Amino acid sequence: MSQLVLDKLKARFGAAILATHSDFGDDTALVEPAQWKAISTFLREDPDLDFDLPVDLCGVDYPSRGAAGRTEVVMHLYSIGKKHRIRLKARVGDEDMDGAELESVTSIWPGMNWLERETWDMSGVRFVGHPDLRRILMYPEFEGHALQKTYPADRIQPLVPYRTEEEAGVPLEKQAPFGPDEGMAFGRTANNISRAEVD
Amino acid sequence: MEPLDIDLDEGELELPADPMHLNMGPSHPAMHGTVRIVLELSGETIVKADVQVGYLHRGFEKMCERGTWAQVFPYVDRLNYVSPMLNNVGYALAVEKLCGIAVPERCQWYRMALGELARISDHLTCNGAMAMELGAFTPFLWFVKAREMVWDILEEETGARLTHSFGRIGGMANPPTADFKAMCGMAVGKILGLVEEGEKMLLKNRIFIDRLQNVGPISGAEAVSLGWTGPCLRSTGIAYDIRKAHPYLKYDEVDFDVPVGTRGDTLDRFLCRLGEIRQSKRIIEQCIERMPDEGPINSDDPRVVLPGKTDVYTTIEGTIQHFKLIMEGAKVPAGEVYSYTEGGNGELGYYLVSDGSGTPYRVRIRPPCFQITGGLHRLIEGRMLADIVPTFGALNMIGGECDH
Repeated sequence: MSQLVLDKLKARFGAAILATHSDFGDDTALVEPAQWKAISTFLREDPDLDFDLPVDLCGVDYPSRGAAGRTEVVMHLYSIGKKHRIRLKARVGDEDMDGAELESVTSIWPGMNWLERETWDMSGVRFVGHPDLRRILMYPEFEGHALQKTYPADRIQPLVPYRTEEEAGVPLEKQAPFGPDEGMAFGRTANNISRAEVD
Repeated sequence: MEPLDIDLDEGELELPADPMHLNMGPSHPAMHGTVRIVLELSGETIVKADVQVGYLHRGFEKMCERGTWAQVFPYVDRLNYVSPMLNNVGYALAVEKLCGIAVPERCQWYRMALGELARISDHLTCNGAMAMELGAFTPFLWFVKAREMVWDILEEETGARLTHSFGRIGGMANPPTADFKAMCGMAVGKILGLVEEGEKMLLKNRIFIDRLQNVGPISGAEAVSLGWTGPCLRSTGIAYDIRKAHPYLKYDEVDFDVPVGTRGDTLDRFLCRLGEIRQSKRIIEQCIERMPDEGPINSDDPRVVLPGKTDVYTTIEGTIQHFKLIMEGAKVPAGEVYSYTEGGNGELGYYLVSDGSGTPYRVRIRPPCFQITGGLHRLIEGRMLADIVPTFGALNMIGGECDH
């Protein structure tokens, strides 16, 4: 149905469209990461394409790809008026996720705000120009990015101490409700403070 | 007698001019225990709201990468736990799209009927809970009574009231019971009666209307740019319903309307959901009329569908096939697919990546209420503190889905 979208993209951006396919009826374009925002702007603003609904954004990790772009950022878009969809992909980062960056498209679709935060949180892709790139599902002290394939599923994160007012960003007028060793699962001594030491 | 405040200065009676910070949630009854809003208040007016989710994060997507394709079903149940059947069917359709399987006609009608029952339960929960949070407890009981009828049918069909795990790749776990049609036919009328009684109590109540009308309005264009779908988007007047725009199963063969609102305020969202309950009733009636009584419920594709128990116990081929499907998992062809259905809250999408093995390489869910909750601050900033409760209630944030 929307071969038109891929044709228009190829005509406009040429070499920046690295590959396309329409497997299972899903039109897909793999694009140059540097052109991510320019292509997004074009998709939103071209009257024939008019992709107004930001459907989804996620990262898929392929550690075996190495320097060729380890994480694939996948964006799905839909046009309410034209009733067509597209999947846009870009490969970023090397083996150690260095340079895993894309330009933020939050200014084009405000709905991408949380999705970009989630992709940063879960897959470790930074979005340059994002207004507020904090973790969203995890807490600030969480180490690593859980949906990377190199993150062990059974890894235990240390418990974190209470945040100070500066760290939390809001006044903490109340006292912390728990002592340092409370809330710890049985048999775990992540903070290395035993109840005997507190007493 | 002298007035008590005679020695108070005027200045002491004034509120401090600095904005006040207030944590609303996660342990707040209206926040479902899973959302925290850090509010900056000037008096009772919200200056800035920072909505924080993630309190119910359970690593759904990571867990899916550890089992077989079929073992994802119990996890998707626990995403939207008031309409798990829609999640089951959505995931099954996604894997079937990747495998290139079409399920038999009987199964398609069956899935639609069960899905619409789940949608009714979803909308009843949302509307009832929102009314309860505003202090109207009786309609909540009416709606829950109606929801019990839905869950009774689902229990009879699947064996579980809430987490059915009933979907299978290439079909359903069991064929419909002999009484399914009769139960549905009887229940939908009663459910609608209860809904009508409940809504009469609410929609003729001036206080209830005042708390909803013109509270949290949003324009259609803004809702779209935020990625909203489902009843929240349709309340703004944009009739985007996947069942109509891109029909799946047999939705193109049934007759139903898409209720839309006009102003996109909380009352419109409430009314849209009530309207959809009526449309779901129409769909269920058409499904039970047209669903064949005989015929297979599962596809006959041996790559993914378990053989019958008799074959497993009596033939070596059946035993081997059963063993391989359980131990290694169905081998789903390599590739990537995005499949979308209309969930209770909007577009429920699954983006699946397969490397050709029995384990998913990546299961990405697109939960509709994640983006809806992402737009919450646009609705409440500049409004009064008390408006948060109905506004948030009408968005129908489901913690399991929103926090993955």
